[in-house]
Amino acid sequence: MDSRITQFDELAGADGRTRAPYRKLSQWLAETPPELLASRREQAELLFRRIGITFAVYGAQEATERLIPFDILPRILARSEWTTLEKGLIQRVTALNAFLADIYGAGEILRAGIVPADLVYRNPAYCPDMAGRRVPYDIYVHIAGVDIVRTDDQGFFVLEDNARTPSGVSYMLENREVMMRLFPELFALHRVAPIENYPDELLATLRSVAPPRANGDPTIVLMTPGQYNSAFYEHSFLADKLGVELVEGRDLFVRDDVVYMRTTEGPRRVDVIYRRIDDDFLDPLCFRPDSALGVAGLMGAYHAGNVTLANAVGAGAADDKAMYTYMPDIIRFYLGEAPLLQNVPTFRCRETEALTYVLDHLDELVVKEVNGSGGYGMLVGPHAAKAQIEEFRAKLKAHPENFIAQPTLALSTCPIAMATGVAPRHVDLRPFVLQGANGARVVPGGLTRVAMTEKSLVVNSSQGGGTKDTWVIDDAWVAEEPMGQA
Amino acid sequence: MRIRIRHETTYRYAEPPRMAVQHLRLSPRNHDGQHVVDWRIDVDRDCRLVQSEDAFGNTLHRFSVDGPIESISTVVEGEVTTFDMTGVVAGAVERFPPILYMRETPLTTPSAAIGDFARETTSKESGTLAKLHALLGAIHESLTFDAAATHSATTAAECFEHRKGVCQDFSHLFIACARGIGAPARYVSGYFLGSDGEDQVAGHAWAEAYVEDLGWVAFDPTHGVAPQEHHVRVAVALDYLGAAPIRGAHSGGAGETLDVKVRVAQAAAFSQSQ
Repeated sequence: MDSRITQFDELAGADGRTRAPYRKLSQWLAETPPELLASRREQAELLFRRIGITFAVYGAQEATERLIPFDILPRILARSEWTTLEKGLIQRVTALNAFLADIYGAGEILRAGIVPADLVYRNPAYCPDMAGRRVPYDIYVHIAGVDIVRTDDQGFFVLEDNARTPSGVSYMLENREVMMRLFPELFALHRVAPIENYPDELLATLRSVAPPRANGDPTIVLMTPGQYNSAFYEHSFLADKLGVELVEGRDLFVRDDVVYMRTTEGPRRVDVIYRRIDDDFLDPLCFRPDSALGVAGLMGAYHAGNVTLANAVGAGAADDKAMYTYMPDIIRFYLGEAPLLQNVPTFRCRETEALTYVLDHLDELVVKEVNGSGGYGMLVGPHAAKAQIEEFRAKLKAHPENFIAQPTLALSTCPIAMATGVAPRHVDLRPFVLQGANGARVVPGGLTRVAMTEKSLVVNSSQGGGTKDTWVIDDAWVAEEPMGQA
Repeated sequence: MRIRIRHETTYRYAEPPRMAVQHLRLSPRNHDGQHVVDWRIDVDRDCRLVQSEDAFGNTLHRFSVDGPIESISTVVEGEVTTFDMTGVVAGAVERFPPILYMRETPLTTPSAAIGDFARETTSKESGTLAKLHALLGAIHESLTFDAAATHSATTAAECFEHRKGVCQDFSHLFIACARGIGAPARYVSGYFLGSDGEDQVAGHAWAEAYVEDLGWVAFDPTHGVAPQEHHVRVAVALDYLGAAPIRGAHSGGAGETLDVKVRVAQAAAFSQSQ
């Protein structure tokens, strides 16, 4: 399969005629001298480096790691495309949440035989300690990052759900900020839906799930594992934007099932913790006893209903790659609706027939570890060396239940501006879905990740992928031009 | 059999911490094989002892105390009547289906060597119960009891490598093997009435495995027996961490030392020795 022939370019479309959302950008690109693009690229680099230097204050050695490649051309979605996507995302996250409430509650989906019980109970992310408990307002997934790809004009596919502590939203916000400084003329040409309200929306979501005793004025904190965490910059960035304290485990303590934050004016009661720390490290009395990052007694306070954790503990049980394959059934079961976003067809290697097929077609398929993330532990068959394929064959035979396999998708491409000119590169999209007692919503856009090397399908920043600003623009504005007066 | 238990745990600090929190799983519950006649729990510090039930149905007591704390001493004491059920544990609080107890935990992940051992030990047996009994015997024989060889964070794999350990290690190894051959298994913390009547330096631990048609069956690999009426069952979990009698944390302070005194005796004998 040659992905260059079958792939769908979001600017050029299938037939090579510029697609409506990109008309103005395309025209602008045609009129813009390459030197201007080159100088804007330099400016972008400079702007990010300047911010990068600010990051370096927190962790000098890692500063270079944080300069993720940025492409200056926006990825553009029409409002109509976005509306479809938005509905599908909200549907999906609503179902993820219902699933979690069920597997930690009545377990109806297990009794109905829709999802195999062993897949839930043996899932490392399933947290026995959450069974039989309610969480505030029954919300488990307050913040979800859903990875979306497209292969044509029509549908969107969900590649992965992230219901634990999805990261990347700081890049979404910063990319926009930098773009507005670099290209005021492009913003004047397009009606771009704002995303700057994300921190406000997030804050409203977190407020909505505070324990009732907070009386509408909860103390919210953002809990980080600390400056050595690779997403620490995002933690401090978000705390700043939210206007809440950035805390580590050692800044908090629990007394009689109430969480307090140490402040210069004495202890202050904490109502909501937006935690960017994994379940395993939250409370050394319940989880890893060697965790120095957590707060002893936190789970007691959580179970007593005195503090809300976002996302809920154990939310990861819904987002692993084995559960992913059941998502269409999960949506139908809880919502009685057909899924609006498609799943990528997936082989569950735990099933004998699927395993046989996968072993016979390793050179065509993408094989993923059920609990892997960040593009690690993954085999991209068509691009893999013989030795790597054999290595995966052995792993698959030893522990088939740890793997799923998917066909290599011809991911859509978007233009990027390189030193050598404008060229298409594969992209995906991570929109951020918020869910609180006040409903679910998505800010229009998300983080577009782009594979910077030609033909590469791996967009993960840990593997050299870059990012782009993502615009949702109003169709009416776009449609104006071709209609024109004859 | 009527068994009287007194279990005292004292933490002392050379440099007093400013705060401490503890989770106690020290209270037995009833099942067909045991009846708790009386039981009390006492912490020698001014604190609010909150009782709840943990995920596995164990009774959990939690407290936090403010410092400076020089020591914390917790005493549980009571009497339990036990009945010989030939190892079958029926009528206990069950919060999960058996399949949950197939979960691997860091302490019970089987190494390749454990996998081989479990297969070889059980290959000639047919039926889960027979296989489990084969494991019970083999683990009891191949491991040497040695309190100095391991610590509370020793994994089943590490213990199996050295073939030494304490009841916790024997139990983790049994659990890893049982799950390895497809039988759900769990860790039990409790008390054991020995024949010598001597004071013990720790509580006891063993395992339970699930057998179709029988339900949960107890196995004590340290003694190489199926518990009858000498075992008092206190807490169950996937491994030691979930069932540990005391889990605690303190902030500030240093130089923690732990002193445990456990006395388990037949009720009549106990009163005579007072």
